[in-house]
Amino acid sequence: MSVIVSLLRRLEGPQTLGRGRGFWSLFALVLGGAVAYPLFSDGYTVGNTVYFFVWVFIALSLSLIWGYGGSLSFGQTAFFGIAGYGYGILTINFGAGYGFTWVALLLAIAFAALFALLLGYFMFFGRIAGVFLGIVTLAVTLMLERFMAQTAGPEWHIGAARLNGFNGMSAMPPLMIPWFDEPIVLFADIGLYYVVLGMLVVVYLGLRVLMNSSFGNVIVAIRENPERAEMLGYDIRKYQLITFVIGAALAGLSGVLYTVWGQYITPSSMGMTAAALPLIWVAVGGRSDLTTTVIGTLVVLSGFQALTIYGSQYALVFMGVLLVATVLVAPNGLVLGIINWITRLARRRKQEAA
Amino acid sequence: MALLQLRDLNKHFGGLHVTNSVNLVLEQGEIHCLIGPNGAGKSTLFRLILGEHQPGSGQICFAGEDITALKSFARIRRGLSVKFQVPGVFKGLSVRQNLEIALQSRLHGGELVQEIDRLLAFLGLAAEQAQTAGNLSHGQKQWLEIGMAIALKPRLLLLDEPTAGMSPEETHMTGEMVRRLNALGMTVLAIEHDMAFVRQVAQRVTVLHLGQVFAQGSIDEIVADERVAAIYLGQTHA
Repeated sequence: MSVIVSLLRRLEGPQTLGRGRGFWSLFALVLGGAVAYPLFSDGYTVGNTVYFFVWVFIALSLSLIWGYGGSLSFGQTAFFGIAGYGYGILTINFGAGYGFTWVALLLAIAFAALFALLLGYFMFFGRIAGVFLGIVTLAVTLMLERFMAQTAGPEWHIGAARLNGFNGMSAMPPLMIPWFDEPIVLFADIGLYYVVLGMLVVVYLGLRVLMNSSFGNVIVAIRENPERAEMLGYDIRKYQLITFVIGAALAGLSGVLYTVWGQYITPSSMGMTAAALPLIWVAVGGRSDLTTTVIGTLVVLSGFQALTIYGSQYALVFMGVLLVATVLVAPNGLVLGIINWITRLARRRKQEAA
Repeated sequence: MALLQLRDLNKHFGGLHVTNSVNLVLEQGEIHCLIGPNGAGKSTLFRLILGEHQPGSGQICFAGEDITALKSFARIRRGLSVKFQVPGVFKGLSVRQNLEIALQSRLHGGELVQEIDRLLAFLGLAAEQAQTAGNLSHGQKQWLEIGMAIALKPRLLLLDEPTAGMSPEETHMTGEMVRRLNALGMTVLAIEHDMAFVRQVAQRVTVLHLGQVFAQGSIDEIVADERVAAIYLGQTHA
């Protein structure tokens, strides 16, 4: 019981924006709106909304590793792809019966995490830091894309699963919940929407607790000054590695959900564009906070989607401009900047009134 | 009893012999100052003690244990602690959080909160606890970092120029702080240029010159030593 109380207390803290009754009322309101949303919409639109939610996990993973931990990683896209392909390979080989899709989801995430453990071990214990971490992770991502893109031939298969080169893998089963007569199949509509929304809430709150714990304290301390953190007796490489692995698992979750949502995964999901876009969402939102990361990602992503419909490739140019503008105007993120500005304004009002 | 023993420590940077057969014994409970002209190898010696550099040869013993091969964080956990020359606070975090990060591996819950408050009062930073550490004055940053260093309850506190950039009053206050810590049982090894500070706190002084131990003794002996005066005036062949 006391454990639960102390966990709940960590939902608020110096590492996360938003506290008190006001914030949590707003949170409940937004969540209520999200829960009620399918009632006022059709299955197709709701299914498309899931697509936006899917990407929030990879954005949160970047916020964790880059925003809180201070290590810029392009590797999230690689973990995304590994988990996506992992899910496809497992379910195409072993089917979807007896709730196996959920086992496949967990195993695919575990693949991504294990890969991150290996890669991260060599990077952090090899003292690769700063911009070099970005370069190494980008190289790994692009290498994976190149490798998967050349697997078109029939000799490239794992069991029954053909890798299919640039066309990617498709027709893997969606997630299924075992039920009495017939399993509930979570196609990209209302069912999947509630499952993913639930995951989003759990992950968001879980990360809040984690970042406001003593572990989170050490993570931001390493971002601020790694030498000082080590000289307080913390094995900083171990902390960096654990953060990297947690981030990889979250990116992997994004990858699996993306795969079950569209029932396909292609090498381009690990390409240069795919690696750069999450960085832009997170940078624009405000990478050093979980809430602004979520808001920024959803806003930028839906804006980008709308732009793609009307302006196709120009949307990418706009994203580039947006990134440059963010770096120039609000280096800590536009959403975070706006929130800080409002808080300052409100405080000044209060002082003037007093 | 010797708390720290450096035995025949050597370190080369390329052709430069920055630490040259240094032998140094630090007694439990003393305040020991390390002085010497710029480039004498004082900060390098600190980095060797802390494990940021590995010595080419020689041995470092702490509380009777050979720690030469240990990583930095492991040495800290055995009872070493340091305040760097350039203030190494967590600039983006609040003063309170800086101290919390230093204390959290030792204390939890209510005890942690109490100890943070006690340290804030000791450092004279209670009014600044909610401020971002990067906004503190230079002297306050120095104190905050000293606070983080002593939060670990170290057996040996290493201070690299603790009064750099401080006014004479601040320097004196820092000296008093160090003496109080020493009275509580902390052994202190400090690099310092400010002779007023050295005179205020040091029980023994070691002069380092060109990577070697040049002289050792009480502050009065060192000040009276003409050879020491000579190296400070630049006559390096003395």
